[in-house]
Amino acid sequence: MQENALNTVTPGLKNPAQDNQRIFRAILLTMSRPGTVTVLGNWAEPPTALYPATAAVCLTLADMDTPLWIGKNGPQDVQTYLRFHCGSPMVRKQEKASFAVILDGTDLPDLTLFNQGDLEYPDRSATVIIQVKTIEVGRGVKLTGPGIKNEMQIEVGGLHPDFWQDFRQNNQNFPLGLDVILATPTEIVSLPRTVQVEV
Amino acid sequence: MNFIEGAPCRAADATHIQSTQEDEYNFGYLDEQTKRMIRRAILKAIAIPGYQVPFAGREMPMPYGWGTGGIQLSASVLGSDDIFKVIDQGADDTTNAVSIRKFFARVTNVNTTERTEEASVIQTRHRIPEIPLSDDQIMIYQVPIPEPLRWVEARESETRKMHALEEYGVMHVQLYEDIARHGRIATNFMYPVKVNDRYIMSPSPIPKFDNPKLHMSPALHIFGAGREKRIYAVPPYTIVKSLDFEDHPFEVESWDNCCGLCGAKDSYLDEVILNNEGERMFVCSDTDYCTHRREQGHLGPMAAREDIAELKGERA
Repeated sequence: MQENALNTVTPGLKNPAQDNQRIFRAILLTMSRPGTVTVLGNWAEPPTALYPATAAVCLTLADMDTPLWIGKNGPQDVQTYLRFHCGSPMVRKQEKASFAVILDGTDLPDLTLFNQGDLEYPDRSATVIIQVKTIEVGRGVKLTGPGIKNEMQIEVGGLHPDFWQDFRQNNQNFPLGLDVILATPTEIVSLPRTVQVEV
Repeated sequence: MNFIEGAPCRAADATHIQSTQEDEYNFGYLDEQTKRMIRRAILKAIAIPGYQVPFAGREMPMPYGWGTGGIQLSASVLGSDDIFKVIDQGADDTTNAVSIRKFFARVTNVNTTERTEEASVIQTRHRIPEIPLSDDQIMIYQVPIPEPLRWVEARESETRKMHALEEYGVMHVQLYEDIARHGRIATNFMYPVKVNDRYIMSPSPIPKFDNPKLHMSPALHIFGAGREKRIYAVPPYTIVKSLDFEDHPFEVESWDNCCGLCGAKDSYLDEVILNNEGERMFVCSDTDYCTHRREQGHLGPMAAREDIAELKGERA
């Protein structure tokens, strides 16, 4: 029931102009320094299936100009929440999405179906936010590339093991490719397409 | 467990500051949707280093050519806990720098500074400061002409294809013509660079003296062209190579003189005509660097002269 859902939709950002700026700077930091983890919790009060960190990224970056994909199994309350606060159109086809939210990192769709951009406009590719359980720095896969001084290491719990192989392929398609943000309930780490992964 | 590596992340501090800025404007002057659009473009620009991301540039309360691209970037990046520095030709005290600084103090309540080390965000047009940048700084450039291939190909449809196909031979032809005509590469500013071994990029009108400062810089560099509506970026620790030839390697400018005020030999010098007798002097273009050196006691050969009080930053 649409009316019912809107009556129960939980709060977004309290002070949008200031909050958007602070959340953006956290995303900017992680995107320009891949492997760096920043804390991004407790800004919004999304439904249970959507992490506060994921919600913060969506509220700061997505709007009516950016079609959003959350998959067939996206719970109704998550869809309502994002549609209400971001105003983004929800799309069923992966290739139409500017942003995608994957609620469970162990259950990945075919990432190559997302828009990879084209050679003349590689910026039109999708940004994919994947919810995972844990992110630890200092061990795990090795990351190198722009934004990383020597190398970074992160170990991600709750992420399908095939992801890293897929992401390597993603890097090899540069300048095309997806940009990925991994989110735990309270933290994010970003993996732009420039990141080279060594498992 | 929370991990914060590298730069201190003030952005993630969850306190809500009640702004004391003027209520007539939204925080940062631009509306939230515009800032979101610009922020998305910045993130894509970082993900594709050197590639020019088109964005829906807005009219700003100043004419094109006065830094509307950089201002839109600053408006989307700055928060009330930032410390903001603006330089124009390396100087903090020129009209353009002063008015941009005042503008953001008014619409974002940001603290401003003239000291390079203190600043968290530095907006610039022509220079990269002499003092090495650090991990937690963001450089924002005002760019007049973002397309490095524009001088050799006027059509956007063609330059876009050239970038797509990495078809950059013509850039070397341009540099070669310099050598054929002048015996050396005579391009002194907007000297093209190759970023992360892929895209050729124009580093805005900085002198080539500053090009090496972009290579593996610990700071993030974001470029905004207001009229041409393009945003591009060089992430920290990214390979930035100035184009050259094996037998004509890239070289930066050097001067026979030192700065007349602080005696610096390692900084970018401007030549200033002093009077009708044609007397001239060389002086640091980076005013903060020069002031800092003089405070430390370094004095150049002309520091004692009294008829150049304005150059010394002394108010009459």
